[in-house]
Amino acid sequence: MIDLIRRYWRTISRPSKYFSLGFLTLGGFVMGIMFWGGFNTAMEFTNSETFCTSCHENLYEELQSTIHFTNRSGVRAICSSCHVPHDWTDKIARKMQASKEVWAFLMGTINTQEKFLARRRHLAENEWARLKANDSLECRNCHDFEYMDFTWQSTRASYQHSTALASGEKTCIDCHKGIAHRLPDMSGVEGWD
Amino acid sequence: MKISIVTTVILALGIAAGSLAQNIATTRNAAIDVELEPAKMARVDNSDIKRKRAYPMQPPTIPHKVDQYQVDLNANKCMSCHSRRRSQDSQAPMVSVTHYQDRDGNFLADISTRRYFCQQCHVTQDTVKPLLANEFVDIDEILRRDSE
Repeated sequence: MIDLIRRYWRTISRPSKYFSLGFLTLGGFVMGIMFWGGFNTAMEFTNSETFCTSCHENLYEELQSTIHFTNRSGVRAICSSCHVPHDWTDKIARKMQASKEVWAFLMGTINTQEKFLARRRHLAENEWARLKANDSLECRNCHDFEYMDFTWQSTRASYQHSTALASGEKTCIDCHKGIAHRLPDMSGVEGWD
Repeated sequence: MKISIVTTVILALGIAAGSLAQNIATTRNAAIDVELEPAKMARVDNSDIKRKRAYPMQPPTIPHKVDQYQVDLNANKCMSCHSRRRSQDSQAPMVSVTHYQDRDGNFLADISTRRYFCQQCHVTQDTVKPLLANEFVDIDEILRRDSE
């Protein structure tokens, strides 16, 4: 094994015998673009609705009756809009975390609706915790507090947003749970009776 | 004898259904086999202003939107503001104390299961003209008429 590594190291550390410097730099550059492009395209594919719904069809169905799917202005959210961070580094971190979910997929942890419903509270709690920790970043990617006009909100909404949300005491997910999905058993969840 | 009772009942039902159908035709404004363009969706009143009750026992109507409120075995969205525990934070009126009683009048810690489904009695109001005139008379009006 060590011999093998040593042999490769010798090859890599020596100057090229047959290929010109131009070929190596240009080739490396082109290959780099292809690798990076391919990597990003593949990763973006795992962010697409087609990819998510190829398994989570039940959740897609739930989403369809909510305002994040259909509404007066036709702006809509797809799964990754809320479930995957938009910034590149955070996105990579989340995608690496998702390797655990690939394991769950292979093990069939929630491969039936019954199994899914039994585990739903746990799964929801993961997402609530994630959004609580990042101050509901994925909500705020679209719903920017700076640009909220309270005069267009209903009395209750503007009251809550100008007090609890403005002071940072609460974040979006504290009140807006289950806005794109059906809720699991909420007994014992703060703010729910 | 028995047969004649059955026929009478069927006949009575038939007449009742007939008159009902006539009523439907007047609000429908078209023959029963004609498919009409559906009316425009009405706006739910979202003003948050309490409305007068038409009679003392009337379940108060809801003065806000309740779209997508989940009320089922898992969660009760209404109670996340209107329960006893939540009413201070939410500043929403707590549901009546009768909702915390079982049918024998015993007080419970949580909302009674028989009162759980809010929209069985409490409903939102749309900003539309009623299709039929409402002939309801307020008790105050009746008392005033009587005293005259």
